[in-house]
Amino acid sequence: MSGKPAIAPPSGGADPRDVVNAHAPFPIGRLILWAVTAVIVVDFGLIVARNENFGWPVVAAYFFDRTVLNGLSVSLGLTVVAMVIGTALGLVLAIARLSKDTLASSSASLFIWFFRGTPLLVQLIFWYNLSTLFPQISLAIPFGPTLASWETNAVITPVTAAIVGLALNEAAYMAEIIRGGLLSVDRGQAETAEAFGMTKGRALRRIIIPQAMRSIVPPTGNQLISMIKATSLVSVIAMADLLYSVQSIYNRTFEIIPMLLVAVLWYLLITSILNVGQSYIEAYYSRGERRDGAAAPLPAAQEASH
Amino acid sequence: MTAAAATTPLVKARDIHKSFDHLEVLKGIDLDVMPGEVVVILGPSGSGKSTFLRCINHLEAINKGFIEVDGEQIGYRMRNGRLQKLTGNGIARQRRKIGMVFQQFNLYPHMTALENVIEAPIGVHGMNRRDATTEALELLDRVGLSDKAASYPRQLSGGQQQRVAIARALAIKPKLMLFDEPTSALDPELVGEVLTTMRDLARQGLTMIVVTHEIGFAREAADRVVFMDGGKIVEMGRPEEVMDNPRHPRTQAFLARFL
Ligand SMILES: Nc1ncnc2c1ncn2[C@@H]1O[C@H](COP(=O)(O)OP(=O)(O)O)[C@@H](O)[C@H]1O
Ligand SMILES: [Mg+2]
Repeated sequence: MSGKPAIAPPSGGADPRDVVNAHAPFPIGRLILWAVTAVIVVDFGLIVARNENFGWPVVAAYFFDRTVLNGLSVSLGLTVVAMVIGTALGLVLAIARLSKDTLASSSASLFIWFFRGTPLLVQLIFWYNLSTLFPQISLAIPFGPTLASWETNAVITPVTAAIVGLALNEAAYMAEIIRGGLLSVDRGQAETAEAFGMTKGRALRRIIIPQAMRSIVPPTGNQLISMIKATSLVSVIAMADLLYSVQSIYNRTFEIIPMLLVAVLWYLLITSILNVGQSYIEAYYSRGERRDGAAAPLPAAQEASH
Repeated sequence: MTAAAATTPLVKARDIHKSFDHLEVLKGIDLDVMPGEVVVILGPSGSGKSTFLRCINHLEAINKGFIEVDGEQIGYRMRNGRLQKLTGNGIARQRRKIGMVFQQFNLYPHMTALENVIEAPIGVHGMNRRDATTEALELLDRVGLSDKAASYPRQLSGGQQQRVAIARALAIKPKLMLFDEPTSALDPELVGEVLTTMRDLARQGLTMIVVTHEIGFAREAADRVVFMDGGKIVEMGRPEEVMDNPRHPRTQAFLARFL
């Protein structure tokens, strides 16, 4: 040791303690676990694939059936629209809840309390039957003139009832997720943005929300997946979503298990695509998180100045 | 610096009082800062130095007195002879000529050094991206970090982060720079690089109010040293007056710790 230079030459691997010479021990335990797991998975796959009761030919025949695809598009469409509205409204509610204005924060709390506290199924039925409670919807000044008025039945179709029900319910959950995200950002960030003369809106958009996204995205992914499955509830108000469509088919053909498998496979397929998308979004919002991470590419102006 | 010859002060603080709940933190501060002047505020921890600095750009609202920066009363305006509180956007506009450097740097962690510097020039001052980028790269060069433009804050040392923060504050071309203990969160060997940058700015005639415990910086770079204690200014004068011949016992006791 004492005779060696402080920095060994790259080729000099003479010292057996040099970590360059280290190798990992043979991972026998892990290999056995892998093998056992693989056998179980393959075995299970074979059992399912060979079992005639699952009716795979029927699954294949109906996978791209028109009725199924229509149901799928209803499910996806409802999910996207309700999620977009729910997230936007959730953001507003989250900001309102965090505001110093008592009217704003208590209205937001009331909204969240109600829509999180009642079953979604009941909310959907309520919206669908709004016309029995309020035959007319009108915009009016209390004790004053009526500005506009609509027949409730003309406004609340199964589609609007489903969208309103799903979106308002989603907004209540998203509000809490977004609020948690906003609170997770260091207080000094908002203060710095303020000190630099940013308006509150700009500070939220450019500084606070991008940092809050790191904790908002994962639970939002959960919400999105729950939402896709929650759309199956709309069949109670006569909307033909994916689950409703396969049910309508097996009510005719009695191929219950194969048709449910069609739905299950579609749900899994969509969920998998969402998972991939989510991991990309998460990677994007955690840029700047790793110390060893690659630096960002330089903008064109930098190259020009060289 | 001969800037003290200028006639009107850039910062005029009169009888500033500030309380948090029932704790009175500032008990009547009067201070004028001339254009180009470098004022260093010394004082024990808890004496109200940060609070005073934060009142100047209205991060804290004062309870009594008034503050003017560049002839404009901070946080208020006169309307038909009556004093009116400014709205959020009005205050935001006033802050655009005041740069601030924080003890904890407070860089935006999701933006590269360059993006940190161009954020306010583009978003607040309406500069176009190309000009803002060119200027930002010059500023990063000036603080010795031209090779770190594409790094994220977490990939930089504390001293480098603080220099990016200084470049970010300079990018808005401030008339006044506020520094709140800019070197207190740094490892001792990194303090020097930040102080060198600040000394250069002082030499170039930037108006600065600096809260620091760096006695050497005060001695070399300050035009005036202000000593605060218990929410009041107890002594004020040229660095050699205050630091070599402190008259007030509190100043003497404070400075004795640095000998
Ligand atoms: N936001 C606040 N709420 C309540 N008390 C505060 C707040 N900010 C500062 N203080 C109190 O004001 C006093 C002065 O604080 P500060 O201005 O930070 O002192 P200094 O910067 O000189 O150390 C301290 O007693 C501190 O606890
Ligand atoms: Mg302080």
